[in-house]
Amino acid sequence: MFYAVFIAPFAEFEFMRRALVGSLALALGAPPVGVFLMLRRMSLIGDAMAHAILPGAAIGFLLAGLSLFAMAGGGLIAGFLIALGAGLIARATELKEDASLAAFFLVALALGVTIVSVKGSNVDLMHFLFGSVLAVDDLTLMLIVGISSLSLVVLALIWRPLVLECVDPGFLRSVSRAGAPAHIAFLALVVLNLVGGFQALGTLLAVGVMILPAVISRFCARDITAMIGVAVASAAICGYAGLLVSFHANLPSGPTIILAAGALYAVSVLFGPVGGLLWLAWPRRHLEA
Amino acid sequence: MAQLRFRNLTLGYERHPAVHHLDGEVAAGALVAVVGPNGAGKSTLFKGIVGALKPLAGAIERDGLNPRDIAYLPQVAEIDRSFPINVYDVVAMGLWRAKGAFGGIGGKDHQAIEAAIAAVGLTGFERRSIGTLSGGQMQRLLFARLLLQDARVIVLDEPFTAIDAKTAADLLELVRKWHGERRTVLAALHDIDLVRANFPQALLLAREPVAWGATGEVLTADNLAKARRMCEAFDEYAEACVVAAE
Repeated sequence: MFYAVFIAPFAEFEFMRRALVGSLALALGAPPVGVFLMLRRMSLIGDAMAHAILPGAAIGFLLAGLSLFAMAGGGLIAGFLIALGAGLIARATELKEDASLAAFFLVALALGVTIVSVKGSNVDLMHFLFGSVLAVDDLTLMLIVGISSLSLVVLALIWRPLVLECVDPGFLRSVSRAGAPAHIAFLALVVLNLVGGFQALGTLLAVGVMILPAVISRFCARDITAMIGVAVASAAICGYAGLLVSFHANLPSGPTIILAAGALYAVSVLFGPVGGLLWLAWPRRHLEA
Repeated sequence: MAQLRFRNLTLGYERHPAVHHLDGEVAAGALVAVVGPNGAGKSTLFKGIVGALKPLAGAIERDGLNPRDIAYLPQVAEIDRSFPINVYDVVAMGLWRAKGAFGGIGGKDHQAIEAAIAAVGLTGFERRSIGTLSGGQMQRLLFARLLLQDARVIVLDEPFTAIDAKTAADLLELVRKWHGERRTVLAALHDIDLVRANFPQALLLAREPVAWGATGEVLTADNLAKARRMCEAFDEYAEACVVAAE
């Protein structure tokens, strides 16, 4: 019975195995980046960036059909251009960075949807918006795994200046010039992971695997290393659980994975050891010292 | 031997001078208090010294010292207290110049970090999240980081503002120790009595230098009154300055 429910779908079906590996790879690469996004109060910027990569992927689709590298490459270029463009407009005019980025990504999203609707079918549009984690082929899998691996390596390399830049940017500026490159590398990691998640989860949900595990970890840990561990574990569990539920209940897989993360988020908000609502409502007795 | 030399230095923002035509030098190993009313240009001067602000005119010479090797305690630290990091790791940041982004932190470094934490009286706080520290504890933490930086020149911008007397006294001990180690220390301070009691030299600044030298001669009633008469606001209709540049 246990086998039939929890193991059989993956043992019997190759597409399920692929989807699981893809989800686990995403669970390794995206959540650490998401933790930093959340700590720097850039969670919604992550969302905006996810939508911004759509026209790039759409143009890749326009030029080369459902070619992985065309869409991924287009997405990367679009992501970097929009991050850069929004930043430049914000520096050159009175407009603040968040409004500038909002303007860009809304136009980008509409442009992307238009392009896909003109060239492709509704199925293609659904794939772009919501991904098809069950349709990952070997090439897509290699891309996802490659991006996650690269992301982890780059994160390890920029770890120290990134943390310093988050905690005390003034101090980092006073002792080093590493702050700006670390920040740019971090934005590049965001775009990279979004492009990786785009194939499996689509442009509307790719950021979910970044932000939701990070928010879950906020209620479970007090130290950044522990937070990243919890975030990765949560994302992996949600990937597995989401695929399982979508298989047995015949639901679309991408959104189900994100819903699983949402359920785990609700549990952590209520019962999380660090600031969960339950502990706030019924606090334990204070300590001696 | 001059550690810092200011040549007709003007520092400011959008062409308005906040420090106007400052000339002089700070000897190596000097302990100088920079005093002046709000808006006198003390923070601006310090930002110029550590290289965060480019002069509008004139120059700052540092005797070959890289401004990044100057330890700087700003008036308001931009620290994100909600970041999940503990006291130990923030103090360890002081090792950046020695270790960079990838240098390992070995046994001796750990001893140095613990010694710095002990020197500021924060033993026992190592694993505490920085968000749980009081104002005074935070200031001690920043001093511990400064200690680790092991810099020849140390610049402190209002280090004792909003700090309890015991913490201020303890941190002042550290400043005296630095002076004993022949490090050059500059501190911007508002407490005239504290300056008179602890700092042999003073620079009274009111945008333009009012007096500079031994504290007793600088902080006279006349000089202090002169400094207070300075206008704080920038003059929107000021003409370009006609004092000859060197």
